[in-house]
Amino acid sequence: MKHLLKHAKKYKKEVVCGPLFKLFEATFELGVPLVMQQIIDVGIGEGRQRYIIGMSLVLVLLGVLGLASTLVAQYFSAKAAVNIVGGMKRDLLFHIQSLSFTELDKVGTSTLITRMTSDANQLQNGINLTLRLFMRSPFIVFGAMIMAFTIDVKSALTFAAVIPLLSIVVFGIMLICIPLYRGVQQKLDGVLSITRENLSGVRVIRAFRREPFEKSRFNERCEELSREQERVGRISALMNPLTYVLINVAVLVLIYIGAIRVETGILTQGAVIALYNYMSQILVELIKFASLIITITKSVASEHRMEGIFEIKSSMEMKENGIMPENIGNVSFKNVSLTYEGASEPSLEGISFEANRGETIGIIGGTGSGKSSLVNLIPRFYDASEGEITLGGVNVKELDAAVLREKVGVVPQRAVLFRGSVRENLLWGNENADDETIKEALDASQSSEFISKKEKGIEETVEQGGRNFSGGQRQRLTIARALVRRPEVLILDDSTSALDFATDAALRRAVSELDFAPTVFIVSQRTSSLKNADKIIVLDDGKQVGLGTHEELLSSCPVYREIHESQFRREGEKI
Amino acid sequence: MKTSKIIPKVLRFLRPYSFLTLLSVIISAASVFLTLYVPILIGEAIDLIIEKGNVDIEGIVPILVRAFVCVAATALLNWTVSTINNKITFEVIRDVRKNAFRKLEELPLSYLDSHPSGDIVSRIISDVDSFADGLLLGFTQFFTGVLTILGTLIFMFALNPVIAVIVVVLTPLSLFVARFVSKHTYDMFKVQSETRGEQTALIDEAIGEQKVVKAFSREDEIMESFDEINERLIRASVKATFFSSLVNPCTRFVNSLVYAAVGCFGALFVAFGSGAMTVGTLSCFLGYANQYTKPFNEISGVITELQNALACAERIFDFIEEKPRTPDKADAVVMDNVSGKVKLDNVYFSYVPEQKLIEDLNLEASPGQRIAIVGPTGCGKTTVINLLMRFYDVSSGAISVDDVDVRDMTRSSLRSSFGMVLQDTWLMRGTVRDNISMGKPDATGEEIIAAAKAAHAHSFIKRLPNGYDTLLDENGENLSQGQRQLLSIARVMLCLPPMLILDEATSSIDTRTEMKIQDAFLKMMKGRTSFIVAHRLSTIREADVILVMRDGNVIEKGSHDELLAAGGFYAELYNSQFAS
Repeated sequence: MKHLLKHAKKYKKEVVCGPLFKLFEATFELGVPLVMQQIIDVGIGEGRQRYIIGMSLVLVLLGVLGLASTLVAQYFSAKAAVNIVGGMKRDLLFHIQSLSFTELDKVGTSTLITRMTSDANQLQNGINLTLRLFMRSPFIVFGAMIMAFTIDVKSALTFAAVIPLLSIVVFGIMLICIPLYRGVQQKLDGVLSITRENLSGVRVIRAFRREPFEKSRFNERCEELSREQERVGRISALMNPLTYVLINVAVLVLIYIGAIRVETGILTQGAVIALYNYMSQILVELIKFASLIITITKSVASEHRMEGIFEIKSSMEMKENGIMPENIGNVSFKNVSLTYEGASEPSLEGISFEANRGETIGIIGGTGSGKSSLVNLIPRFYDASEGEITLGGVNVKELDAAVLREKVGVVPQRAVLFRGSVRENLLWGNENADDETIKEALDASQSSEFISKKEKGIEETVEQGGRNFSGGQRQRLTIARALVRRPEVLILDDSTSALDFATDAALRRAVSELDFAPTVFIVSQRTSSLKNADKIIVLDDGKQVGLGTHEELLSSCPVYREIHESQFRREGEKI
Repeated sequence: MKTSKIIPKVLRFLRPYSFLTLLSVIISAASVFLTLYVPILIGEAIDLIIEKGNVDIEGIVPILVRAFVCVAATALLNWTVSTINNKITFEVIRDVRKNAFRKLEELPLSYLDSHPSGDIVSRIISDVDSFADGLLLGFTQFFTGVLTILGTLIFMFALNPVIAVIVVVLTPLSLFVARFVSKHTYDMFKVQSETRGEQTALIDEAIGEQKVVKAFSREDEIMESFDEINERLIRASVKATFFSSLVNPCTRFVNSLVYAAVGCFGALFVAFGSGAMTVGTLSCFLGYANQYTKPFNEISGVITELQNALACAERIFDFIEEKPRTPDKADAVVMDNVSGKVKLDNVYFSYVPEQKLIEDLNLEASPGQRIAIVGPTGCGKTTVINLLMRFYDVSSGAISVDDVDVRDMTRSSLRSSFGMVLQDTWLMRGTVRDNISMGKPDATGEEIIAAAKAAHAHSFIKRLPNGYDTLLDENGENLSQGQRQLLSIARVMLCLPPMLILDEATSSIDTRTEMKIQDAFLKMMKGRTSFIVAHRLSTIREADVILVMRDGNVIEKGSHDELLAAGGFYAELYNSQFAS
């Protein structure tokens, strides 16, 4: 509740006034039967016309006052709920941005997005309804009872008896039904997943002639679902008749007791009608209250989930005033290991190499051999579990955060662009890049040609996820984005997989001729992409099994040779 | 489709439940009548309670007993009606779903390929739900609502026409207010949902691609644009939430006006009227006035729901009435012991008539031959697979297996003669064992293990948490791409049909796993007619026939050496891929 309360404090006035004005409204509503009692006892009893009209105007006045206070209450509640959650969302996003890759991996982006969107909405709705109804409904229920007691204690005992009974019925049926509805939902999910499966796997299902089997499986699930739905339906359908019986029996009892009390002169006819009216007010509010409880339960769960994200602390502290060495293009790994959190086996083990400014380092290995893990250590996306990584002779943990961010250019495996224009995307690399720098980056990344064909050139709009560009074009633009920064270390994490051979080669050539001579790390599955590298690191299952040039590795490293041969079947095939 | 056309279709599904439907209508009418009758009885009882010493207790008791019987009967009828309506609704849902699913299994792939699967799923799942909810529950609500209003009117007019007229005149006010509010909130909701959409898009991007955001330290800029949108969203949401919550208080207010009017005129009638109006009648009127506007609000809600339900019904019936694939011929041959001779004769095919695809394709594969299909991505290699498996029918020309036209044999026997391994491996939810035995559900454990061993899958299956009984996710996400492909090879290994269709893996698998898969492929292909969508040089070179495809057309056909010598597209492709 910590963050919820923190923001609620900023809206004290709204949080207090919302329920307060709701109580005013309830009070006015509770006044109605009393006025009516007066109309009957005094107005009709004594035959006073002006009194009747006057009291009816009081009824209208009560309605107007009720409306006015509700409007005030709804406004304050809406304002408080929306602002509290809006503030929480902001804090949450800020907090999420501060998390390191380790935490992001652990929680997962889809979870984080759900917390920011549907959980936040659920909470907002919950706060709004709570402010409006949480006080009001019990107030009316108990208020009606108290009013009944002021009219006549003995008759009011009916209220004292029926309210607990009604509560038991309403809450009991809801409590019984909630888990049952969950069961229905699960059955429905089952039907859903068979439908999905039959669409996604239609070719295989037809190839293996499973249609009859799938049909009978689906029919079975549908039968189960409808049986379960009917079962729950029978129980939840009890709510209305049962509460109806309870309330009406109470009314009948009330009239019977009332009749006796009127006979003895303790009550008037109008008082009996007032009691009857109070009884009618209870039911609606109890049902509202019960459904409010369900909403609140859901919102509390959402709030806990959001709070849970707040509690995650970043495992990595970035140095704000760290060392800023001169030449960070000199990268060295000394016996580095990396074990991801929660993993039993290390993903990288005993990695050692040195790279000098301007060199090209290739990294190769099978899927899951740790290639991306290795390059992710350089910009300190993760911290090494063992060993030391230095840039420009300084341990990455001591480096200033700004140096890491500004001097290392990363091109991730998945080519991601953001909504905006091409230029805006490129400026991610460096906010202050001039047109000259941007042009150089586009040229080197082999993007100039297709960009010039776009109608608006560099101002072309990028849609969400960059889907209006082909995979190869996106890859080249992400490379351009990293180049705009003129980094001293450039990391290409399998970033050219969608490019044809000629473009890939031209790109590598252009990168090696860049005037700011970055140290380039190229991750690839293809030996042909790496054979001109100054050094190639060969990974197998997280271990460094080879380090050297293409020719050296061909003769000394069996894993490298195997990879190479699997791509170029026979020795002597022209390469 | 017009409403008039949808209703009869809905009624067709209701026909098995016509007796229940009739019963439900009768019982609802009875329960509405009783519900309205109880306040009258209570009013009569109140009339016997006049003042001190003037209470007819003897007379009250029988009235209360009668009222109790009515209350009990109403409750019972209410429960019965809900139960019947539930039964009708849920069973109609079930019947419609079964129908839709049967259609799903019978639809030609041309339909399924050209319609997004999410759309079909939502038709079968959520549209059916909202159709049944809206149409059936909505109808019963509408029906009881109208009955209640009519009943109330009749009772009120019978009790006191003047007050009844007052109520009738004032009610439209409530509807008017509700409409006024909802019309204005619609615009605010639109602004809210647009702004919310904007914010969600930003959140999706910022959090979904957080690693890139961090790599470029764009956190501050993201926060800035978030704050800007958040400000706007807060403003829009406060408005939308506030205005949308106005409907209830406003109708409540109108209701209290009606209540005051009834109270005022009722009391005047009682005090100064001719005597027909009593305090009991007044209390009865007050009860009615309290409930009277409720069905109006419900009905106006139901009408929008009904419109939505009809739209959903239309989508479902469109799907159910979709033209199924051409059925197997009545005298279709059941193929048995196929030798593996495949012939394509002047085959023409295109997915859409305007866009020509395969034109005049001729090919003869003798038993045991290997046919490699090569070409750049997206050139239509899978089209050939679609035609061979008869997922699609040729536009003209003929495909024959063992000299029998594929259209003259049962689909089932044709497909059982082919073993298919696609690159996009699909695993069903179930155990590893279930997945391997898909084509041969009665296979023994030994057979399954033997097939897995032959496919090089045994060693990794053994290492899974529950071995062959490990449950796989819907998309086999707990397995790597390579492992999934090995499983689908094991699946084919188990049946080993005389002909094979194989789609070779591309880059997503590391080269060493790929060699295992290759080895499994080689084992399978021995002595079988095989069609391979090939990416590997070795496969291509060793094929008996290479089909070179480009932009959907087969542009070259021949052996590796022939094609290289011809110096056409194949030669170009070969040189660009395997030389630098």
